[in-house]
Amino acid sequence: MKKPLLEFTDKGIYCAAAKVYLDPWKPVDKAIISHGHADHSRWGHKQYITHHRNVPIISHRLGAIQVTGKEWGETFSINNVKFSLHPAGHIIGSSQIRVEHMGEIWVFTGDYKTENDGISTPYESVSCHTFITECTFGLPAFSWTPQKEILNNINQWWAQNRDEKSTSVLFAYSLGKAQRLLKYLDTDIGKIYTHGAIEKMTAVLRPLVDFPETTLITRDTKKSELLGNIVLAPPNAHGSPWIKKMVPYVTASASGWMAFRGARRRRAIDKGFVLSDHCDWDGLLSSIEATGAEKIICTHGYTDIFSRYLREQGYDARTEQTQYGEEENEVAAEKAAESLS
Amino acid sequence: MKDFAELIKTLDSTNKTTLKVAALTDYFNKANAKDKVWTIAILSHRRPPRPVNTTLLREWASELANIPLWLFEESYHIVGDLAETIALVVATTASTTEKTLTAYLEEMIALKKKSDEDKKNYLLSNWKVLDYYERFVFTKLITGGFRIGVSQKLMTRALSKATEIDEDILAYKLMGNWDPNTITFQELILEENESDYLSKPYPFYLAYAMAGNVSELGNINNWSAEHKWDGIRSQVILRNDDIFVWSRGEELVTDKYPEFESFVGAIPNGTVLDGEILPFPKGEIGTFNDLQTRIGRKTVSKALLAKVPVILKAYDLLEWQGTDIRQLPFMERRKLLKKLYEKSVVSATLNHQQKKGSETERSQSTLPFHLSETMHFDSWIDVAQERARSREMRSEGLMLKRKDSPYLVGRKKGDWWKWKVDPLTIDAVLTYAMRGHGRRSNLFTDYTFALWTENEAGEKELVTFAKAYSGLTDAEFKKVDAWIKKNTLERFGPVRSVTPHHVFEIAFEGIAFSKRHKSGVATRFPRILRWRQDKTIHEANSLEDLKALIPE
Repeated sequence: MKKPLLEFTDKGIYCAAAKVYLDPWKPVDKAIISHGHADHSRWGHKQYITHHRNVPIISHRLGAIQVTGKEWGETFSINNVKFSLHPAGHIIGSSQIRVEHMGEIWVFTGDYKTENDGISTPYESVSCHTFITECTFGLPAFSWTPQKEILNNINQWWAQNRDEKSTSVLFAYSLGKAQRLLKYLDTDIGKIYTHGAIEKMTAVLRPLVDFPETTLITRDTKKSELLGNIVLAPPNAHGSPWIKKMVPYVTASASGWMAFRGARRRRAIDKGFVLSDHCDWDGLLSSIEATGAEKIICTHGYTDIFSRYLREQGYDARTEQTQYGEEENEVAAEKAAESLS
Repeated sequence: MKDFAELIKTLDSTNKTTLKVAALTDYFNKANAKDKVWTIAILSHRRPPRPVNTTLLREWASELANIPLWLFEESYHIVGDLAETIALVVATTASTTEKTLTAYLEEMIALKKKSDEDKKNYLLSNWKVLDYYERFVFTKLITGGFRIGVSQKLMTRALSKATEIDEDILAYKLMGNWDPNTITFQELILEENESDYLSKPYPFYLAYAMAGNVSELGNINNWSAEHKWDGIRSQVILRNDDIFVWSRGEELVTDKYPEFESFVGAIPNGTVLDGEILPFPKGEIGTFNDLQTRIGRKTVSKALLAKVPVILKAYDLLEWQGTDIRQLPFMERRKLLKKLYEKSVVSATLNHQQKKGSETERSQSTLPFHLSETMHFDSWIDVAQERARSREMRSEGLMLKRKDSPYLVGRKKGDWWKWKVDPLTIDAVLTYAMRGHGRRSNLFTDYTFALWTENEAGEKELVTFAKAYSGLTDAEFKKVDAWIKKNTLERFGPVRSVTPHHVFEIAFEGIAFSKRHKSGVATRFPRILRWRQDKTIHEANSLEDLKALIPE
C-alpha cells in the first residue's frame, strides 16, 4: 500500500515525502506551523515556516528561532511536495496548511473558525481530498451567536458594573481572545487595563492591528483608579493574589465553554459570555462540506463522537491522537514568554 | 414566563447569595400572585407530576434538532442536564411567548392525560417559539428537579423580605402538603389559617459537626449525650386520629412505613415526635444497607415488611397535648417523651394481648417505638470513650445537646452538635473513570476503585469495591483528569478503564456485607480522602483487609 501523504507519528503530523512536520509536539528539524498557540507551536525545532503575521507571535513566545514567513496562498516546494498557507480565521496569523503531492491534496486546519472576527484574516475554504480538522466544539449543543451581539452584551455588562461602582475583570487567553475583545471594548465606558501577559502580547500585535489604548497594571496602580474600569486578564489570574487589587470586582469569562451552565460555575466566575475562536457544530459541518473532501481526520475535541457522525453522513472519517487542545499549555506558554522577556 | 425565565437566568449567573436574594425579592415584589405560588412551589421542589417521560423527550428533541438519537444521548452525557441539552441542541429563535408561568404549568398538568401525539405537538410547538433560556426553563419544568443553587432557606429569606413576614413563620407555612394548583398566595403565605395545619410538621432543627475540641463546649454537666443513629431523620405527627410521617427532605413518607399505623390510638392526638427511622431486622438495629431496601419502595410487600421491619428511635418531643413545646428546655421535653413512651408501649402491649389472646405474634406485640437513650457523663474523656463505642452500638457517633436548649429552626450553631466517629479508611486503586455531571462535565471526576483479591488460580487481581466522586481539590481533579485521558485502556460508552497506577485513600462511614455488590461488601458514603502519590498499586489494600473492618 502506498504511504499516506501525511502520517500521524509520535512527534507530530509528518510528511515523509518532504521530511517536514506540521505542528509537531516534539523537537524536529523542519516544522510548518499553523498558528501561535502553544499546543501548535512548540519550542525546540531547528527551522520554523509559518505565515508572516505569525512570525512576531512565535518569536515573542519562543525567543531566538530560525523562522521563515510566507504569504497567504504562496506556494513553496520541498522535495517536490507543494505547500501553501491559507487563512484559518482562528487568531491573527492562523493558517490552514495545504499539502499537494502527485495530484493528491491534503489540508490541515490547525484551529479555525468560520465567523469573521475583524482582526484575523477570515477563513477561506480550500478544496482537498483529505481534510484534517479540529472539532473542539464538535457537538450539536454548540451553536454560536454572532459576535456583534455578544460583544454588545460584554460592553453592557461593563457599563452596568461601572454604574454599580465595581471593577470588571474579563478573563481571556492572552493570545487571540484578549485581542478580539480588546478591539471591540467601548472606551466611552471607561479605561482598559491589562495583565502583563496580555499587555506584552498585544504590544507584539499592535503593528498589525489598530487596538484601543491599554494600561498595564503595575505595582503602582492604585485600587481607586481601577474602579469602574475593565481589566483584561488571562484565566490563570483568577484566584491569584494579583486580582485582589481589583476589589470590589465582578468576573466574567468569554469562551465557547460558557455555553454550558456548569462550566461557568465550575470556574466560580460571575458571568459567562459564549464567544469562541473555534467553529461551532454547523460551522464544522459546512466547512467540511465546502472542501469537497471525502476523507476526514479528526484531531482534537469530541473526536470520537464527531467522526462517528461524519461516517453516518457518508464520509470516510476517523480519529487520530494528537497533543493539541490542551489549555494547560497556554498557561505554560504565558509563563515561558514572561521568562523570556 | 418571561419574568420567571429572567429570574432563573439571574439566579443562574451569579454565585453571590446577596445577589440571588435581591433577584428573588425583586421577583416576589413584581410577579402576579398565582405565579408567585408556582415559583415558591418549584423552588421548594413541589413540581407537578412529570407529564412526559424522558425517553420521549429525548426522541422528540433529537427529531426537532435533526440529529440521530445516539448523538443526542452523547451530548446529554457531556452536558449533564437533560433540559439544558434540549435547550442547546434545538435551534434558537427570537422568543414570542406572552404566556404566564401559571398558564404554562396548568397546560403541563393537563398534558399528562393527553395522547403522545398531543404531547409531541405541544412540546415541539413550544420549543420552537421560546428563546434559549425560556426553552431551558420550560423543559426543566417538565423534567423537574430544579437545582439552580437556590435553597429553600434562601427563597424563604427573599420571601420574608418581600412580605415582611418572619422567616421561621414562613418556613412553617411552606412545609407540608399544599397544592400550588389550588392554593392562593393569600392562603399560603398571607393568611393565618389553623385548620390547614393538621399534617404540618415543624421545621427540623439540624446540628453542625463538631470542628474544634469537644471540651470547648464547657461544663459537661450542661450537656446531654446520645448516640447518633444512622437512619432517616423523621417527624411523626399524631393529630385527629391520623398519622403523618415526614422525612427531613420534607417528603411525606407515611405510606412507605405502614408499621407506624399502630401509633394511632396508642399515642395520643396532639403529639409530634422527632426521631430516626431505623431498620430493625431480627430484633436489632440493622445497617443502612437494610434500610435502602425500604427507601425506594412506595408499596411494601409483606415479605419485605417481615424481613426488614422499621422502628422509630425517638429523641425529641415537639408537640404535646396539642401544644407546641419547642421552647421548653431539652431535658423537660425529654421527661415528657419518656413518660409518653412508657405509657404508650405498656398500653399497646396490653391492648394487643387482649385482642389476640395468643402467643403467635408475640414479637410484634409492642409498638415499633424506641427511645434514644440520653446519657450523662462526668467528664469529656468519658464522652470520648462512649463515642469510641459507636460502631459497636450501630451508631454514627454522638449527638451532644445542651440540656436547656430549645428546639430551634434549621441549622444553628451552639446548642446541638454532632460528633461523628472518624471514618474508616482503606487504600484502593483507581480502575475506571467517568465524566462528571453538570459543573464537572468536561472532566473525568467520577472514579471507581478496586482492591486486591486472589482468584481461583491463586493470582492477584483487582476487584471493584466502591465509586467516589468527591474529596479532591479542583487542581487535583484536573491532574487526574489529564492522566486519565492519556492512560485510557478501553472505552465503554461514557466509562473508561485506565491503567491501574494511582492509589487513593478512600474514607467511608459504614460497611456491611452485601449480595448486590461484586466485592460482596457495601460501603456507606465512600469518598476520596487523599491521593496517595507515595504508594504504588502493590501497596494498596486487599478485599480481605476491607472485610476485616465489618463489625461482628
